[in-house]
Amino acid sequence: MDKVYFYPVWIRVWHTINALMCLALIITGVSMQYSSIENPIIRFDHAVAWHNVSGIILTFNYFIFYIGNILKGNGVHYKILWKGFWPSIIKQFQYYAFGIFKNQKPPFPINKTKKFNPLQQLSYLFIMYGFVPVMVVTGWALLFPELVVNDVFGNIGLFITDLIHVIAGFVVSLFMIVHIYFCTIGHKPGSHFKAMASGYHEVHE
Amino acid sequence: MVRRFFFSASCLLFGLLFATLLNAQEVSQTAPENKKPVFFRNENNTCLRCHANYHYEFPNSDSSRIIRKELCSNYVIDTTLFYSSNHKTFKCTDCHSEEFSTYPHNAALKAEQNYACMDCHAGDEAYSKYHFEEISTHFENSIHYKADKDAFTCWQCHDPHTYKTNARVSHNVTKTVLYDNNICLGCHANINRMEVLTTKDKTNIVEKHDWLPNQELHFKNVRCVECHARQNDTLLVSHKILPKSKAVHLCAECHSQNSLLMASLYKYKVKQNRQQFGFINSVILNESFVIGANRNYYLNVISITLAIITLSGIIIHLLLRIFKR
Repeated sequence: MDKVYFYPVWIRVWHTINALMCLALIITGVSMQYSSIENPIIRFDHAVAWHNVSGIILTFNYFIFYIGNILKGNGVHYKILWKGFWPSIIKQFQYYAFGIFKNQKPPFPINKTKKFNPLQQLSYLFIMYGFVPVMVVTGWALLFPELVVNDVFGNIGLFITDLIHVIAGFVVSLFMIVHIYFCTIGHKPGSHFKAMASGYHEVHE
Repeated sequence: MVRRFFFSASCLLFGLLFATLLNAQEVSQTAPENKKPVFFRNENNTCLRCHANYHYEFPNSDSSRIIRKELCSNYVIDTTLFYSSNHKTFKCTDCHSEEFSTYPHNAALKAEQNYACMDCHAGDEAYSKYHFEEISTHFENSIHYKADKDAFTCWQCHDPHTYKTNARVSHNVTKTVLYDNNICLGCHANINRMEVLTTKDKTNIVEKHDWLPNQELHFKNVRCVECHARQNDTLLVSHKILPKSKAVHLCAECHSQNSLLMASLYKYKVKQNRQQFGFINSVILNESFVIGANRNYYLNVISITLAIITLSGIIIHLLLRIFKR
């Protein structure tokens, strides 16, 4: 078993803050969306305050991720090589759907140069460079509602902004659940979590 | 192919045009019949010659010069507002003493007892839809009335020279909000009027509402009475103004599916409009957007279904991992 230094400090710090803020945003977001006077999950004004604070922290944290990826070269892991991409996606999917139960080896074992398998790469790319930025932009727009265009094709601009925000938030929430589950698929269920804490990934040949 | 596209586009355009015309026709058919009001301009001009201006004139009997004096603003009538108000077809002397027609006015007339709403409107079938009796009961239980029974009358909020029914007829909620809130601000943001009624210091409304997030948006889109009056089923606008300790403080009273606004601000529009499918509380949605109150039925179903599918998939996958290894 080799130990490879996979996750430098800045990634671990970013990832921890990101995870905590996402969790806070999901809980407070659900509480606001389905607020009820009889069964409040969290008091509405408290939920709004925590949602705003978490959202602002997440935004600054996103810049760390975005700039860090450029400066430290981590962005290369999100760059999809389209040649042979779809067959690899299918292969990875087949592994998760069937191979894993037959104790087969992962088709794309991760290493220092390839940190993500193709399915991870695709989902991380969509989430981190698609849904999260959309969520951040619409979130800031809702934080300053007077700046939102009032009339969008006869609809209230705020409503459309909120609808996009809620949908993006929902997708990110689902991603987070799946992401946490897939992290249990390691050499041992806790291996990936341990790696994210220490920075060292165990490579088992 | 191109021809078919143009044909479809033309059909769509005609369809839209037809629907618009049909809608316009419906609007004009349902518009209330406009009876031409009869104004007593000539009769009223006797009074308004002075009372429509901020000055009045009288001849000095010694020097025979014309003296101009400032008229106290409380006695000035805005004729534009008066002739568009609910009482626009009234003569001044319908409510005020005939003796006012002599000038200079008799000083004793200053103590003239004014009519109150109930003096004319009580028990009148023609006004039954406005529930004057109920309004009166609610008003008598309001913090305003209890604070000073003699000084606080309907007129403090509903100046009979300018008051106009608003919530029932306005199609624009923002305008209703502005109109109604200006009634409250008439005293609560005007120390001169406030000190006639109370010795209390003027409260700074902005500071008092510091706790309210997005204060400006709330003030522009929600009436003061939404939070400061007890809502009830029969009255369109509640007149039981509550003490500040009982004002609405919980955001979820409005920001929830059973939004308070559906029972107050949007009450007149709601009628039978509560719907299960599409947007819940779409009446609010037509005018503004209230987080927590506007929910889409389909979006809710889709999101809950997707969440259940995801969680079920994870559980099945996990079980298979445990048992197949």
